[in-house]
Amino acid sequence: MSEPTTSRTVTVTINGTMYEREVAASKLLVHFIRDDLDLTGTHVGCDTGNCGACTVNVGGQAVKSCMMLAVQADGLEVTTVEGLAGDEGELTPLQRSFGEQHALQCGYCTPGMLMSATALLEHTPHPTEDEVKVALQGNICRCTGYWNIVEAVVAAGKAGA
Amino acid sequence: MTTVETGKKTKVAPLEKGTAKGQSVPRKEDRRLVEGQGTFVDDIKRHGMGYLHFVRSPYAHAKLGSIDVSAALELRGVYGTLTGDEVAILTDPFFQIAAPPGAAVKDYALAVGKVRYIGEPVVAVVAETRELARDAAELVEVDYEPLPVLVDARKGQDADAPILHEECDGNVSYSGVWEWGDLDAAFAEADHVVTIKELHFDRFNSTPLECDGALVEFNRGTGQWTIHTNNQFPGFAAIMMGPAMRVGLDKLRIVTQDIGGGFGNKITSHPQLVVCCLLARKLKRAIQWTEWRTDFHQSMSHGNERWFHDTEVAVKADGTLLGFRTKALDDAGSYLRYEPLGGVIWAQVAPGLYRWKNIRLEFTQVMTNKAPVSPNRGYSRMQHLWLTERIIDIVAHELGFDPVEIRKKNYVQPEEMPYETPNGCVYDSGDYPRTLDIALDLVGYSTLEERRAEAASRGKLLGFGIGSTLDSGTNNFGQSQLINPDLQFSGNNEVATVKLDIFGEVVVTLGTTPQGQGHETTASQVVADIIGCDTDTVHVRVGHDSYWNSHAGFSGTYASQFAVTGLGAVKGASDMLAVEMKKLASMVFQCSPDDIELADSFARIKGNPEAALPFMALGAIVNANNAGFPEDPPTLNCRYVYRPPFDVPDKETKKGKLTLTYATQIHACIVEIDPETGVYEIVAYAAVDDCGTRINPQIVEGQVMGATAHAIGAAMWETFAYDEDGNLLTPNFYDYHVPHAMDMPPLKTGSVESPSPFTSLGTKGMGEGGGGGIHCVCAALQDALRASGNAIVYDSHNPYHRVWEMLQDSESTRANVEVSAT
Repeated sequence: MSEPTTSRTVTVTINGTMYEREVAASKLLVHFIRDDLDLTGTHVGCDTGNCGACTVNVGGQAVKSCMMLAVQADGLEVTTVEGLAGDEGELTPLQRSFGEQHALQCGYCTPGMLMSATALLEHTPHPTEDEVKVALQGNICRCTGYWNIVEAVVAAGKAGA
Repeated sequence: MTTVETGKKTKVAPLEKGTAKGQSVPRKEDRRLVEGQGTFVDDIKRHGMGYLHFVRSPYAHAKLGSIDVSAALELRGVYGTLTGDEVAILTDPFFQIAAPPGAAVKDYALAVGKVRYIGEPVVAVVAETRELARDAAELVEVDYEPLPVLVDARKGQDADAPILHEECDGNVSYSGVWEWGDLDAAFAEADHVVTIKELHFDRFNSTPLECDGALVEFNRGTGQWTIHTNNQFPGFAAIMMGPAMRVGLDKLRIVTQDIGGGFGNKITSHPQLVVCCLLARKLKRAIQWTEWRTDFHQSMSHGNERWFHDTEVAVKADGTLLGFRTKALDDAGSYLRYEPLGGVIWAQVAPGLYRWKNIRLEFTQVMTNKAPVSPNRGYSRMQHLWLTERIIDIVAHELGFDPVEIRKKNYVQPEEMPYETPNGCVYDSGDYPRTLDIALDLVGYSTLEERRAEAASRGKLLGFGIGSTLDSGTNNFGQSQLINPDLQFSGNNEVATVKLDIFGEVVVTLGTTPQGQGHETTASQVVADIIGCDTDTVHVRVGHDSYWNSHAGFSGTYASQFAVTGLGAVKGASDMLAVEMKKLASMVFQCSPDDIELADSFARIKGNPEAALPFMALGAIVNANNAGFPEDPPTLNCRYVYRPPFDVPDKETKKGKLTLTYATQIHACIVEIDPETGVYEIVAYAAVDDCGTRINPQIVEGQVMGATAHAIGAAMWETFAYDEDGNLLTPNFYDYHVPHAMDMPPLKTGSVESPSPFTSLGTKGMGEGGGGGIHCVCAALQDALRASGNAIVYDSHNPYHRVWEMLQDSESTRANVEVSAT
């Protein structure tokens, strides 16, 4: 008697590296990224898709990676926070701005904030404060009260002018 | 000396040489965190580790029958389980802080015999993957025999109340009377007595974004556990775990690295850590446990819910506040994990910011079938400060005083500092009237009436409110003896080591467990100034490790104390190292140590820049090139234990110094209510902080902002609401709404610096903020409602529906308050 298939081989390109792995059908993309590939910059803060700490970029869009199964990422290109800085380790203007504006304290929400804000800056390079707030409404931060985060994204937009 | 900076945004700035202290230098932590290279507990992996998942009680109160784990164990990839029966054999109940009756509570790492809240861990299952552990947990069969449930602490002493802990002879965990001054005389002198029948401070917590977790290994050769965790008070965890596990504390190596927020909520994870330890030993493999969000909400560290009954306030005709008496009823939840310390912690700020001389508070704490409470940002003082601020605004409302003037009249005045409170605490420094004035200026108080009229023209109710708070910091743990005279804790301490290593590296270790407060940065600022280098040269190790020689019984990061205890230890060790470096240089140069100065990473003879030894040379001489010295050279490895000057408070009078420093935060806000719906919005907000000397102003401002956000969340949205069966109705971020970016009001911050005369750097602990936002939102709502029904705000948590209810039925809120002339 053959057992039903509970896993599948997927090919996912993350931060420019192609990974071929067998994954359980029930595995979330975030756990694939964190547990199987050891890219631990992407975080988990809730069970319900509310907090955004797991935000990554899939095919050009900011996506909460706890809301996707790993098998759904088969054949797609994913960028995580580890893929933001340049090849020589140079930080993006947004990453630098987060430090300058004290937009992070514990740093746990920061990767998700950076990924959501990076997606915003790609299609809206010079966002207003209100545009930033709307873009970050799916990301929870419990340390900063958001004021400095919003300021950091607006400042990064201005710096990129 | 007091310096004032008004509404000026703090900016990160490059370092000026020799004066790192006081500058907003860039944080050392940020680079790794913005690159996703931090090390949080769930990031740590070991070969062959097993993932732990807890089977949790679906009942708030039930007898445990048989437990069958066999179906789970049969699943391929399941490594093993642990039940309460095993825990009861392998461990002793956790030490109880309480005196009788609370002392009789039997609290184990897993439920034994009974469950007492929904979400209580009953069985632990360990498997090859997270998913499998969770699936296997579903296969565990537990027989429950449901029992009647106690949810409302006010019913906890009724004759027919369900009893949680039969050993305790009722549900009261602690009760005590706290009285200072002469209440009878105060009420005899009063012209008015204002009586408030009931006030309620709601249950919530700060919900750090990272839940609790651990990676635990057991070394069978040495019998020692290594516990990688995000517990924020390792000193406390160790003294809870060791005796329960029947091992010495040397067997428990506790390690922290980056921690994703704590806010006090990560102090009491010791039961879960014990489960991990037992399973690491039983299953001979590393155990990984990461709490799920729902688990956290159901079971971890709820803030103390508290009622205040029959509050009476003695007031003179001119608005002078003479004293108050009240009965506080505290809801501890089902187990006493840190309680009943909340029964004394409030007394650190017994009179709030005011000159009340006569205070009586009857404190009763009751256990209920809800999650155990534990410290939460502003722990126990926030509840009490909310009471004092509510009293002020209700008295002002009833007797027609201006809320600004009655505060200024009754605040402790700057010339009275240091000020001894009626219970023997000493407020070290501060200028409350001036701090309030800055807040008023920032929030636009002078144009309040125009704004009120303009809002009214749009059909909106506008109101203004103040929240004056104190952030008492650096606990004297001797206060624990006021609730249990047999306890053997007192004072406080923190440890730092600073050394110069072989190639001249300056290496710092600390016992603290930062969760975003930037300890690596501020510690490096203090070190750099003392030993004469820049902050980049100073390497502060991340987190806490009991293998370093830099921890003591109170090590951790909690209760607003790092700037005093942690930096006090860093300063002490740096001063010692500076002396040693000068001595070593003087031995090389054959001169007096007094002739040596430390600057620019050199030890050099004053006035002779040619005679200079780089730090590298000093480190190398001691560590690798030490032959030929006529006497032993210094070690260049210095350890300092900071200990604040405390005595044990007097157990009879309940007087004494309970904390060393008192930072001030005064918040002010303006709200606008839509009277049709009760929906309201904060349209202006100011928070002004005075925490003495600031080592890094930007980090301080960040803490002020964070505390403000937590308070606004608690005032408007965040609540742990239970139904009558003890179901938590807000077990995740869908139902428990924390503020998002779009929810935040415009904020202005300001600061005053009143250096503490009691600390080596003039600093004060800060960061908790005393719930200032809760107090000022309550006050502003009450002010706004004046124009439509004139309701009195009676709860700390005011979601839109409660505001709507107050609009519909203001009368019952006013019936809660009576005024009588004497």
